[in-house]
Amino acid sequence: MNMAIRAFLLLLLFFASSNPAYSLYEDQVGLMDWHQQYIGKVKHAVFHTQKAARKRVIVSTEENVVASLDLRHGEIFWRHVLGPNDVIDQIDVALGKYVITLSSGGSVLRAWNLPDGQMVWESTLIGSTPSKPLLLIPTNLKVDKDNLIFVYGNGFIHAVASIDGEVIWKKELASEGIDVQQLIYPDGSEIIYAVGLLGFSRFDAYQLNVKSGELLKHNNMLFPAGFSGDLSVVTDDTAVALDSTGKILVVIRFQDGKISFHQTHVSQLIEDISGAAVILPSKIPGMFTLKIDASVIFIEVINESKLKVVHKIGHANAVSDALSLPEDQQAVALIQHGDGKILLTVKLGNDWTSNLIEETIQMDRQRGLVHKVFINSYVRTDRSNGFRVLIVMEDHSLLLLQQGEIVWSREDGLASVIDVKASELSVEKDGVSVAKVEHSLFEWLKGHLLKLKGTLMIATPDDVVAIQKIRLQSSEKGKMTRDHNGFRKLLIVLTRAGKLFALHTGDGRIVWSRLLNSLRKSETCENPRGISLHQWQDPHHHALDENPSVLVFGRCGYNSDSAGVLSIVDTYTGEERNHIGPLHSIAHIIPLPFTDSMEQRLHLLVDANRHAHLYPRTAEALGIFQRELGNIFWYAAETDKGILRGYGVQKNCVLEVADDFCFDTRDLWSIVFPSESEKIAATATRSLNEVVHTQAKVTADQEVMYKYISKNLLFLATVAPKAIGPIGSVTPDESSLVVYVIDTVTGRILHRMTHHGSQGPVKAVVSENWIVYHYFNLRAHRYEMSVIEIYDQARAENKDVLKLVLGTHNLTSPITAYSRPEVFTKSQSYFFAHSVKTMAVTLTAKGITSKQVLLGTIGDQVLALDKRFLDPRRTVNPTQAEKEEGIIPLTDSLPIIPQSYVTHALKVEGLRGIATIPAKLESTTLVFAYGVDLFFTRLAPSRTYDSLTEDFSYALLLITIVALIVAIFVTWVWSEKKELQEKWR
Amino acid sequence: MRISFSSSLLSLFLVLNLSLFLAATSSAFQSDELLLDDEEFGIEGGRSPDPASTIRPTYTPPSTRKRAFESGSDPDSKLQFTLEHAFGDSEFSPAGTFSARLKTSSHGGQTLTKLRFSRNVFSETERENFKRLLEGDDFYRIRLPSNVLSPPGREYIISSVKARCLPREALDEHFVIHMEGVNVLAVNYGSPGSCQYPRQLKLPTKWSFKSHTVLKNSEQAPRTPVFTDEVVGENGEGEELKPPERSFWAKYWMYLIPLGLIVMNAVTQAMNMAEEQPNAQPGSQTQAAVAARGQATAVRRR
Repeated sequence: MNMAIRAFLLLLLFFASSNPAYSLYEDQVGLMDWHQQYIGKVKHAVFHTQKAARKRVIVSTEENVVASLDLRHGEIFWRHVLGPNDVIDQIDVALGKYVITLSSGGSVLRAWNLPDGQMVWESTLIGSTPSKPLLLIPTNLKVDKDNLIFVYGNGFIHAVASIDGEVIWKKELASEGIDVQQLIYPDGSEIIYAVGLLGFSRFDAYQLNVKSGELLKHNNMLFPAGFSGDLSVVTDDTAVALDSTGKILVVIRFQDGKISFHQTHVSQLIEDISGAAVILPSKIPGMFTLKIDASVIFIEVINESKLKVVHKIGHANAVSDALSLPEDQQAVALIQHGDGKILLTVKLGNDWTSNLIEETIQMDRQRGLVHKVFINSYVRTDRSNGFRVLIVMEDHSLLLLQQGEIVWSREDGLASVIDVKASELSVEKDGVSVAKVEHSLFEWLKGHLLKLKGTLMIATPDDVVAIQKIRLQSSEKGKMTRDHNGFRKLLIVLTRAGKLFALHTGDGRIVWSRLLNSLRKSETCENPRGISLHQWQDPHHHALDENPSVLVFGRCGYNSDSAGVLSIVDTYTGEERNHIGPLHSIAHIIPLPFTDSMEQRLHLLVDANRHAHLYPRTAEALGIFQRELGNIFWYAAETDKGILRGYGVQKNCVLEVADDFCFDTRDLWSIVFPSESEKIAATATRSLNEVVHTQAKVTADQEVMYKYISKNLLFLATVAPKAIGPIGSVTPDESSLVVYVIDTVTGRILHRMTHHGSQGPVKAVVSENWIVYHYFNLRAHRYEMSVIEIYDQARAENKDVLKLVLGTHNLTSPITAYSRPEVFTKSQSYFFAHSVKTMAVTLTAKGITSKQVLLGTIGDQVLALDKRFLDPRRTVNPTQAEKEEGIIPLTDSLPIIPQSYVTHALKVEGLRGIATIPAKLESTTLVFAYGVDLFFTRLAPSRTYDSLTEDFSYALLLITIVALIVAIFVTWVWSEKKELQEKWR
Repeated sequence: MRISFSSSLLSLFLVLNLSLFLAATSSAFQSDELLLDDEEFGIEGGRSPDPASTIRPTYTPPSTRKRAFESGSDPDSKLQFTLEHAFGDSEFSPAGTFSARLKTSSHGGQTLTKLRFSRNVFSETERENFKRLLEGDDFYRIRLPSNVLSPPGREYIISSVKARCLPREALDEHFVIHMEGVNVLAVNYGSPGSCQYPRQLKLPTKWSFKSHTVLKNSEQAPRTPVFTDEVVGENGEGEELKPPERSFWAKYWMYLIPLGLIVMNAVTQAMNMAEEQPNAQPGSQTQAAVAARGQATAVRRR
């Protein structure tokens, strides 16, 4: 035991001394990193403004975030990110102090403390049949001193105590297959109603006792013509539905166990309509909304099922739910769009002729249309009612409007980043004014003097604050020009809303944003969504005056065979230069390693019919492509079929309309995984822009190993089909993980290896000649990480210097994939304590700096793990020579060093991806992690060996030099004097 | 001197290379005999044997065999499956037959052993087609069934190579068949050695195939090392392995060199002083020396 402790301590000491751990001091936080918190597109909002000192709004979003926002500034008070599978269905406030969320299809009910967001209770509501989740919180219903919450989910109605989440009673309603659509609780009564439809032809109404859940009455009535769509409950005893043709409105009354239908033809209410009508979900008492053609019509139900059209507006407008005001009135907010502005009107629920408020607000065109409106009232200084509205825009941003102004706005589109590309900034123009230089020189000197004070520890607390401020607000950081080290760049970010943002890497501010025309909903493109971003034009600083641009790919539907769209966006200005589409489907996007004279990168888009289309569509590009036609190959992994296929590009395709830019492809190879034992779980390839510094690796005993470096390496992992489910669903004997390293030109399997008793999820990265992957070992009940390194034996004989001198080596001969590769692999596995959400590897400009594997942990942090820990040549007792080479003694698990968390104390909630961008400075790589939050930092895997740190004290250096010079002079004079004295003696 | 040395080395290298080459070619002309090495398969948990031992070059006479032997209750049954080929974009046609022995292991797993391959000789039209491929630098494609028991299984396994990679003396081909039980995962097809790039047009002297086939099964991944306290105790026995003692010079050179420099400096200075002493003011020097001596004696006296 003693020995073990000693060994452990020694090991610890070794790690502590040898590991160039990236870590920061407290005062360095925020110097080169920034962190932004978002919530996503708001689905529901509940205001909490009465009797509250801090006015707040509770929101739930499409990113499954429940958050409390400050209504004055839009800041986040608290926020919880539920898992990706825990979709929030409804939110509300109970007892005035709990936020109630219903999620996961009505099966999880949670209460959060309103002031601080602590979870108070959680209850799981079990049911069998999936159904529409409903949440009803009556304002003043007390049963045995408990306030009840009614939840309908999974076929059951539950009454839950709001104080502790205990289920008081539950009752199954969906046993006959009835689709319950609404829960109604008339204030002060003993009965709760549940209304729904059975098979679109029968209306059912249940009456239940609120105290016991006892079924008091169950009435139903057949409607032979059949309903279409959902019910809209207008009052406590009236609902409205459309018949199956969409032409007849049916008013359903269900009072005291009696059900009656009243039919009204839509054309009686509104003249000259053509299409079918749809009832929109709305919550305005006594009223419902109907969408016909391109307009929205508000229809009021007046005494005993008579209908009356109240208002008619264009369909691209947004309506809020009704807000009850004192004196039994209702207010509804309506938003209409104008040219570059929006018109907000607030109408009284029972009197639509006049407006309570009418305001025009200037609105940025790049925010698109208003998607949702939430209204809230407050008491003005003159005791009248004032209104504020929260609006959700097409780009997912959230804005608060009050008194005709935008009080605050949140760019919550950035919570759903799809893809990231980095773009260089423009080169600094010459000619800076002298005054500016003088000013900055003075500032510079002052700053350095302050820093000097700090170093010499004679700084007052005020000075320390000033130093920290100078550090954080370094004016250099946010400049819009390129810097010497390549740290300042633009991050071009594509979001799910179809908006493109340019973020400055210095401080994370939005430089420009653009809602792309190609990714906006239109008649030709119903469900547009972005796929990816690619570098389109990246002019070299000497070559062109043109601005760089990016290519955005999108799709008009959810399948890979739906029509594709593309746009080209200038990265300096954000201007959309060109947009094309809808065109052929986009199944694969292949950026080719060729550029034309305009420095536009050639791209090959493969459609669902396996035709390859070349972009840009110019004769020059075609010429370049034709020359390289025989050397272009691509592959596709058909995950559902378990087949990997390789293709070559052939001649022009035969279509009805001749197209010079369309090419046929043909099958060249295929790998068929046995469907009963293997299913594709993950694939990974090398980053296209990775630079490898050296092909050779010199080992400690002066041997040379040649890395097998190929751009065509594909890592593929398959798991047993049974083991596709979550961890623990299979026994170790049933599960195995097979990993493949495949050359994608010839389909050669270079390496194949089975991990018995292991299962996914598999996450992998490929870089240089190595692959690191992460999976779960069922036998050891732990996560594992493995490394495979591939070495080329065909070049192994090149280590003779003489041959190099005589030129008989084959290092410069062209490589063809058709030669039989002589490779050997080395591999090793280690335990790893964390599960991993995403994986990336650091990239540097020249590839000299050692690599780090970046792991997005389950705790939404980014951990940097040195590649040296994942070296297959690690042994238990490395020799002295191996130690000098940097080989770490073998351990069974990978160490997690707290200082190596790149995100230090912060969390990137809902982490989805990590992008690494090389800086111009070789030692440094830029890391951008995105999820619901965004985080950016700089990393130096081997420390900044090629530059002085930013807080290097130049003043101290200068002073030292001056002091030395002075000292030289003084001593010189002294010695002169002394010599003179000596001579006079 | 040096040139002759290097040239001799070069010649040595050439000889070595030549002998290696000869060895390689001679190894290609092995007998057709089956190697009874089937014990290697299946037993060691599917660890693939050394490829060299399974390369069975078959210099094939034209053979016409009947397909699909009847497999009885015999655990080791024979089976056959066909190789088909296509020239460029042409249709696939039979090109040869693989025959193997199906071995059923005790725990139910089935593996193939003793794989043999017999190639059909090119017909006149096929030869013409192949010539055209060579001229056009096009693909020669082959395919295999993905399941050897019930061909073609789910789908055919396709592989292809640029035709110009194959011709040497004869047509040299090399199959690596990746198996999983009775399923064929993939076949890597190509020339046994390297393929020159740019590919030159070269017609084979003999229009027959020299085939090499390798069966490959999946390798086991190395186990994660598990360390317990005992292991550490065992090999450490409480004492860290001491690195071999380095020489005094290796350890302290960084101190010794500056020291040496300083000493040298001092010595040269002393020599200079000694030279200067007589001709620069001797009187004052001696006086000072006397004074110093006097002081020293004074101290001593005290």
